[in-house]
Amino acid sequence: MAPKKNAARDITPSAATTPSTAQASVSSTSTPLAAGVAASPAKHASGGKAYSSTSSGGAQSWDKVIGNLVNYYMDSTPQRTKLLDAFMAFLAVVGALQFLYCILAGNYPFNAFLSGFSATVGQFVLTASLRIQTTEANKSDFPAVSPERAFADYVVCSLILHFFCVNFIN
Amino acid sequence: MSANSLDLLSSVGSSKSTRTLLRVIILCFIAAAAVASRLFSVIRFESIIHEFDPWFNFRATKYLVANGFYSFWDWFDDRTWHPLGRVTGGTLYPGLMVTSGVIYHALRALTIPVDIRNICVLLAPAFSGLTAYATYLLTNEMTTSSSAGLLAAAFMGITPGYISRSVAGSYDNEAIAIFLLVFTFFLWIKALKQGSMLWGALCALFYGYMVASWGGYAFITCLLPLHALVLVCMGRYSTRLYVAYTTWYALGTLASMQIPFVGFLPVKTSEHMPALGIFGFLQLLAFLDYVRSAIPSRQFQTFLWIAAGGTFGIGLLGLVLATSAGFIAPWGGRFYSLWDTGYAKIHIPIIASVSEHQPTAWPAFFFDLNMLIWLFPAGVYLCFQQLADEHVFIVVYALFGSYFAGVMVRLMLTLTPVVCVAAAIAASTLLDTYLKAESPKAEDHQADDTAAEGAPKKASKGLKSTNKPAVGIYTFLSKGLVTSAMTVYLLLFVMHCTWVTSNAYSSPSVVLASRMPDGSQHIIDDYREAYQWLRQNTVEDAKIMAWWDYGYQIGGMADRPTLVDNNTWNNTHIATVGKAMSSREEVSYPIMRQHEVDYVLVVFGGLLGYSGDDINKFLWMVRIAEGIWPDEVKERDFFTPRGEYRVDSEATETMKNSLMYKMSYYNYNALFPPGQAQDRVRGARLPEVGPTLNTLEEAFTSENWIIRIYKVKDLDNLGRDHASAAAFERGHKKKKATKKRGPRVLRLD
Repeated sequence: MAPKKNAARDITPSAATTPSTAQASVSSTSTPLAAGVAASPAKHASGGKAYSSTSSGGAQSWDKVIGNLVNYYMDSTPQRTKLLDAFMAFLAVVGALQFLYCILAGNYPFNAFLSGFSATVGQFVLTASLRIQTTEANKSDFPAVSPERAFADYVVCSLILHFFCVNFIN
Repeated sequence: MSANSLDLLSSVGSSKSTRTLLRVIILCFIAAAAVASRLFSVIRFESIIHEFDPWFNFRATKYLVANGFYSFWDWFDDRTWHPLGRVTGGTLYPGLMVTSGVIYHALRALTIPVDIRNICVLLAPAFSGLTAYATYLLTNEMTTSSSAGLLAAAFMGITPGYISRSVAGSYDNEAIAIFLLVFTFFLWIKALKQGSMLWGALCALFYGYMVASWGGYAFITCLLPLHALVLVCMGRYSTRLYVAYTTWYALGTLASMQIPFVGFLPVKTSEHMPALGIFGFLQLLAFLDYVRSAIPSRQFQTFLWIAAGGTFGIGLLGLVLATSAGFIAPWGGRFYSLWDTGYAKIHIPIIASVSEHQPTAWPAFFFDLNMLIWLFPAGVYLCFQQLADEHVFIVVYALFGSYFAGVMVRLMLTLTPVVCVAAAIAASTLLDTYLKAESPKAEDHQADDTAAEGAPKKASKGLKSTNKPAVGIYTFLSKGLVTSAMTVYLLLFVMHCTWVTSNAYSSPSVVLASRMPDGSQHIIDDYREAYQWLRQNTVEDAKIMAWWDYGYQIGGMADRPTLVDNNTWNNTHIATVGKAMSSREEVSYPIMRQHEVDYVLVVFGGLLGYSGDDINKFLWMVRIAEGIWPDEVKERDFFTPRGEYRVDSEATETMKNSLMYKMSYYNYNALFPPGQAQDRVRGARLPEVGPTLNTLEEAFTSENWIIRIYKVKDLDNLGRDHASAAAFERGHKKKKATKKRGPRVLRLD
């Protein structure tokens, strides 16, 4: 079946370490959330909202929330979707590395940087779209898109994306 | 019409395949009408490229066809902007030329040898047929009524607002860009409705084509994010929006960066930042949306939405900071002139000097859109009633487009598609309501509903129809009245469109037409006469100095290098020409020598009453020159103390001594009896003694004096300055005359 093949191919480099990568992806995706969380009680305290009084206990409840999130993710995500997530995490890391390089070492071959960075961002976005379209819960949103169709779209879009990137890289 | 034929008609329209066939036939007829109504200019005049910019596009296309794609891509043109030259391949939108080049080669491959000129002339009408079809598709996404799409296609095909830029011969970027605009919007709606990556990618590809074709692509770049933002603000964020928007943005931005002229602009200028910002914002929303589905906690949700809003604000702040720090180029001058219509006149006279950049006068809306302009709000209202995602798009587009069309005449073009769509929705709703043959009956209505709907929906539907009485038109009289009134309006619309197209928009402006006293047409062909003279009588690389309006035409028709042309990228160079035109001869001559000018070309309409001549444009030359040399050229000096702009004997000394004035009126007196010289454009009687020219000599004047060409004199053989040399020439003759008449005077010293 097509999606399975796709998933297998996408993940080949890190196939052996799939569970751990998935784990890593979870922690990495939840990091910004945690950062946001740290900022939030202060915000609300200054706003004088009702639950500002519980700000001391807030951190713990946020921990619980994150715990819930991780559990929910681990329990209810199909294996293939986890593979997609691992690929997205990989792309995010690559994109971040490129951006870091651009900041630290300068953006001299700007063409090359842009096309490399857009390739990761574009692929990330496309993978996210594929993930959304293949998730069971979203089925009602996409009456016209079957998982097979979604995968075919994904391949076509990726081809277009990489054609443009290669053309632009100089 | 009798009841019998009505029955027949309705039975014809009933079967599905017949309907499809009818629809195809009607669409073909609409496309044919769209093409045919654009051919006035070819029939009246000839198959010729119009106006100014199309001449450059034509020249570039010829270059592309002759030299192939790669040398076109790397084309450095040393025959314009002398002595700078222009990196043409990197500073144009290649979409138009490549399109006609592909058509040319395709026809060649099919062994249909068509002249490239005819392809260029007929490209715009051909694409207008496609635009009509694209409008049909776009409208069909908005409404279920089958007639709306066809009406919209018909409106789009013949509305003057679009014809103004797409008659045969108007070989400009807009010719294909409007089709791409409408089609991109259609694909966007399709992608948004289905949430499909493939449609999003198609949308991005056509967006890329649009970027390659027209600078107006920024309209799409701003409109789609705005639509997405409005949807998010309405609480309509959906995964479909995420898929459609991110696919479009990721692929479309890369596609747009392939065009050398656009290059890094999508990541560096403010015009493109909204799209990027919404892209990032949607990523955040998608993540939050996922988290929300994972954790059903009320507080958490509110916090998340606050966080989303906060991030949006922080992003905006970051954008402002990055702009002020110089990482992102601020909004361009052209953009500011969209917010403040007076901005360009003060800061960038070169933009304000173009007539199509002026604010629109309100009759222009009626002139260009006729009855559509009052159907338009009704259509927008109908969109409000349904207000699905795609209707929000029409509403947003309508607001945006109306504003920009009000600010700049030429942006009427971007408003026209949405007006056609909205007006078609309104008109078709009206017609659908009034054209139903049978009167509605209350119990029928209910019975229909309950029979048609499935069992689960029965209860709610039944409730609805009991709440709402059966709405419809009962009497045949009101039906007939409204329908016939609408028919009359539609017929009037067609007549108006035909009239406007034939009278206002079909003039090539290279060839002028006038009526003889007996009503026959008289063609005034001075432009081509003069350009042909240049082509035949000057050396291959004789540099021609003319105001920038004529640069492309000289390059295209006369094939001679020019100093400035309609690609107004170098304000200083244009100001230099303006200074040479508006200064005294002693100042102008060194400028012309430095730029190796061989001939100077001016357009003069005084004899014929042709108002688009250089004396009327002269103040813009002065203003643009003043922008660079405020000490040497002053606009005030060209006005009389009473603030009038005059060319007769009351004109100021600066005016009379300016090169432009001298070139325009040189020898003009000779046409008239003494003291009778008259300028028919400005209705002024000219002074008895005409201006003298020392540094230039008249080379050519066309039949109706519209174009006058002067040769720049070489340095004097004896090392005198030109004034004294010319004075000597004249004085020599005078001396002879005095010798004959005057008495001899004894020399005393």
